[in-house]
Amino acid sequence: MRAGIVVFPGSNCDRDVHHVLNDVMGIKAQYVWHTEKSIDEYDALILPGGFSYGDRLRAGVIAAQSPIVETIKKKAQEGLPILGICNGFQILVEAGILPGALVKNVKLKFSCKWLKMEVLNVNTPFTNMYRLNDEITIPIAHGEGRFVISNDKIPELEQNNQIVFKYKDQNPNGSTEMIAAICNKEGNVMGLMPHPERASEPILSPNQTKSNAGLIFRSLKNFLSHIKN
Amino acid sequence: MLTKSEEIYLLKKLGRQPNLLEIDMIDAEWSEHCSYKSSRKYVRSLPSSGKRVIVGPGYDAGVLDIGDDDVITVHIESHNHPSAVEPYGGAATGVGGVIRDIISMGTRPVALLDALRFSSLENVNEVSKSKWLFRNVVKGIADYGNCIGIPTVGGDIEFDNSFKDYCLVDVAAIGLGKKDQIISNHAEEGDLIVLAGNPTGKDGIRGASFASKSLDDDENRSAVQIPDPFLEKLLIEATIEATKRNCINATKDLGGGGLSCCLSELSHLVEKGFEVDLSAVHTKLPDITPNEIMISESQERMMYIIDKSKMSIFSEIFTKYGITYSIIGKVRGQDNLKILYDGNPLASLSCNLMVNAPLAKWKSKRPNYLDKLRTKIRLEKIRNYNDVLSRLLANPNIGNKDWVYQQYDHEVGLRTVVKPGANASVIRVNDNKFVSIKLDGNSKHCYFDPYQGMLGCLSESCRNVVCTGAQPIGIIDHLQFGSPENPYIYWTFIKSIKAIIDFCKYNKIPVVGGKVSFYNETMNSPIKPSPVIGTIGLIKGQDHITKNIPNVGNKLFILGQTREELGGSEYFELIDRAEYGRVPKVNLKTDKKNRSVILDLIENGLIDFVHDCSKGGIGTALAELAISGDLGINVDLKKIPNTCKRDDFLLFSETHSRFIIGSSNPDRIKRFMKNRKCSFSEIGETDSSMTLNIHNSGKEVINSSIMELAHRYNTMNSTMDGI
Repeated sequence: MRAGIVVFPGSNCDRDVHHVLNDVMGIKAQYVWHTEKSIDEYDALILPGGFSYGDRLRAGVIAAQSPIVETIKKKAQEGLPILGICNGFQILVEAGILPGALVKNVKLKFSCKWLKMEVLNVNTPFTNMYRLNDEITIPIAHGEGRFVISNDKIPELEQNNQIVFKYKDQNPNGSTEMIAAICNKEGNVMGLMPHPERASEPILSPNQTKSNAGLIFRSLKNFLSHIKN
Repeated sequence: MLTKSEEIYLLKKLGRQPNLLEIDMIDAEWSEHCSYKSSRKYVRSLPSSGKRVIVGPGYDAGVLDIGDDDVITVHIESHNHPSAVEPYGGAATGVGGVIRDIISMGTRPVALLDALRFSSLENVNEVSKSKWLFRNVVKGIADYGNCIGIPTVGGDIEFDNSFKDYCLVDVAAIGLGKKDQIISNHAEEGDLIVLAGNPTGKDGIRGASFASKSLDDDENRSAVQIPDPFLEKLLIEATIEATKRNCINATKDLGGGGLSCCLSELSHLVEKGFEVDLSAVHTKLPDITPNEIMISESQERMMYIIDKSKMSIFSEIFTKYGITYSIIGKVRGQDNLKILYDGNPLASLSCNLMVNAPLAKWKSKRPNYLDKLRTKIRLEKIRNYNDVLSRLLANPNIGNKDWVYQQYDHEVGLRTVVKPGANASVIRVNDNKFVSIKLDGNSKHCYFDPYQGMLGCLSESCRNVVCTGAQPIGIIDHLQFGSPENPYIYWTFIKSIKAIIDFCKYNKIPVVGGKVSFYNETMNSPIKPSPVIGTIGLIKGQDHITKNIPNVGNKLFILGQTREELGGSEYFELIDRAEYGRVPKVNLKTDKKNRSVILDLIENGLIDFVHDCSKGGIGTALAELAISGDLGINVDLKKIPNTCKRDDFLLFSETHSRFIIGSSNPDRIKRFMKNRKCSFSEIGETDSSMTLNIHNSGKEVINSSIMELAHRYNTMNSTMDGI
C-alpha cells in the first residue's frame, strides 16, 4: 500500500501530510514532484494544500495546467482514490476533475479557525469509517474556499451523493449549501477545504481534545487494505 | 547622506577621493540601519553568552542549543518606515527579510510572530488612517506568511496616539535545525559568488538610508520594496536542499543596503576579499546603472559562496525550483571588495572600513516631562465599576484580537500546540520537546520610566512564557526610538539598555538577537520609547504544557503582591489621567522567585491553569479567564495581598510579577506553598453562574454577565469587520 503526495512549486502542506500518513496513520507515503512522468506505483494520490504557483491568477489554476494533472485525470477515471485538500481541492476543480468552482471567501479575507462539519456520504474511500451525520472538529485555512455551483446542478450533486461534508452551525466562507467537500460521481475523487492532517494528532487540537478528522486517512487505509486482499 | 565628519574620516582612511559608486556603497553601509553607529557601543555590552548559545547576536540569527543536537534559530527585525508609507508591501517584505535570516543559518523557519503598533482606532464607524494602516499591515503579513507556509503563531499589538500617522511592524522568526547542519560561513580562494532569486530592479533604492532618517512626507514610496512570497518559498526549499547536500560554504540574504551591504558584510564575515562583476547580475530592466544595482533593495535575493566543484549540484537544485541565479564573481585575496562592470574596475574598498562606520557621538539628557508626570492630582471616586471594566475590555490593547490572528495561517507545519491569543505560543519540536515564545512591549510604561518600563517588558514576556510551563532560555530585543540626535530620546535609549543588562545578568538569560531602530518620527512627533522583548522558553515534556483556560470548580489563587502602580496604565488612560502616577517597578528578586514557584507548581502537577496579570490588572485578567472558560468567577478582593487604598487601584493596577492560578487540588497547593515565603493567597473560585462577581467584604464591586463582557471583549473584531 503506497500513497503519493503530489508536490507543486508552492505547495506547503506536503510535509505535514507526509508526516501524518507515515508517522501517525502507518500509510507508506512518498513525495511526487510535479515533473515526474509516471505515477503508476501509487495506490492513492493526495494533492496537499498550499499556494501552488503563489495562487497567481486564481488559486490552483496554473497547477491545473501541468502535465502531471493530465495523468491524474486519467487515474481518476480508472478509479484510483484521489484526495485534494484545500489547494489540492482548488486544483482538482480547476482541472475539471471535480465540478463547481472555489472563489474568494465572502468576507474577502483569509480565515484560519477550527469549526465543525457533518458527514453526508459514508461510501467513499475517505469516509467509510464514519457514520452518517457524524460531527467532525477540524480547522480551515483559506482565502478562496467558497464553493459555488449553479443552482440547477445542486439536485444532481445530491442525487449522486456527491456532497460529502457540510459545514455545521456556521458558514465560514459563504459556500453554496454550506458545502465543505464534494466527490466525483464515482466517489473515488474527493476534494475538501478543511485540513484533516492538522486534526490527526490530539496535541494539535485546541485544548488537546480528541478530533475524529483523522478517520479520513484511516478510511483510506481501510479501503486500500480491502482492495489489496 | 554622509556627515561632514564621516567624509573626513573616509578620506583619511582611504587616502584618496572616493568615486560616486564608492560613496553610495559607504552611504548605505554607514546608514544607521546597517551600521548601528549610534547604538553599537551600548548593544555590545548586552550579556549574550550562555551554555545554550551557539551563535549570539551579530550574525543573521542567534542560534540556541536545545539538546539532542536540535538547535533553534531566532531573529527579530522591523520594517517601520516602509510600512508607514505602504503598509501592505512594507509589512510583507518585513516578513520576507527575517525569514531569509533564518535560512541563512541553514535552518528551516517554523514560526513567525509580530509586534505591531498603531495609533488608536478611534470611532467605530469612522474611516481613519490608523485603520487603513492596521488593516493593510495585517493583510501584508498574512498574504506573505500564509503563502510561504510558515505559521504566524502570535505576537503583541498595541494602540497609542504617539504612533499617529505611523506604525511599528516588528517580525520575529524561529527556525529549527540540527547542530551539524548550521552553515559555518567560510570561503576559500577561488570559490564562486552566486546571486540567486529576484532580478535586481529599481525598487527599494536607498531603502536603508530612507529608514535612517525621520519620515517627513510621502515622496519616498520608491524606497519601499515589492513582495514576492512565491519566490521566497522556492528560495527556502532550494536553500534547505542545498544545505543538506553540503554545497553551500557561506550564505547571506540581501536586505537593507542591497548588494553593497551584503557583499561587504559577507566578505568581512568569511575574512576574504571578493571580486564582483556587476554586468553578470540578472536585472529586471536593461537601463539600470551599476550604482543602482549596488544599492537596490529588490526582495527575495540570496547570496551564496559555492566551491567550484559543487556548482553543478547547486545548479541542479536551483534549476529544479526554477530560480534564476548568476555567478557574479569569485573570492579573491583578503579584505578587499572590488567591483567591476564588463571587466572595467568601478570601485575598490576595504570591507573592514565599510563595516566599521565611525561611531556617532550623541548627547544624552534626562527629559523634563518626567518631572511633570510625578505631580500629584486628586482622583474622583468611581461609582460604576461594571462600566469601567466593560470599557477596559473593549479597549483594543486588552480585548480579543481574533480578527488579526484568524487572517494568519497559524496551524501550517503541524507544530502549533498553544495557538495565538494565549499567554505565549507553544511550538512542537518533537513529541517530547516544545518551545514557547512571546513578544511583549509597553510604550506607555516606557514613556513614563524607560528603565522600569523596560524591566517590565522583560518581566512580562518571561512571565508569559513561564505560564505555558517553559523555562526562559533566551531573549531577543527590538529597541525602537525616535531620533538619537535628540538628547532626551538618546537618554531613554541608554536607560533601556541598562535595564536589559540588569535583568538578563540577574536572571542569567542571554540576549541572543536584536535590532535597533531609530528615527521613528513623523511630522507630528517622535514615538514613545517602544522596545519590544521576545522571550524564548523550553518545555521539558508534554505534561508540562500548561493552559490558561479554567474549568468549573477550580479554586483561584494569586501569587504576588498588588501595589498602587497605575502610571501608564490602561485604567488611567481610560479615565483621562494618562499623565499621572507611578509605573510598576520590578523587584528582580521577587520577580525571579515567583516565576520559579510557578514552574515548581507546574512540575508537581498542582496547577490546572495559570494566567499572567498585566495590562488592565486583576480585573481584566479575571474577566478574560471567565470569558475563555465560558464560566462564572467569584472573588473576594479583601483576600488579595495588596497595599492599595482603593478598590479601583487594586483591580486595575498593573504591578508586575503576579500570576492568577487555578487548581482542583487546593489543599495540596496550600501545603506546597506553606514555607515558600511568597505573597500568595486563595481569592475565590470558578462556578457555573456565568457572572463575574467581585466583592470586598460582602460589598459588591463588580457583577457582570459573562455574555455581556464577552461581547465587549470582541469590540475590535467587530469594528474591523464592520467597514
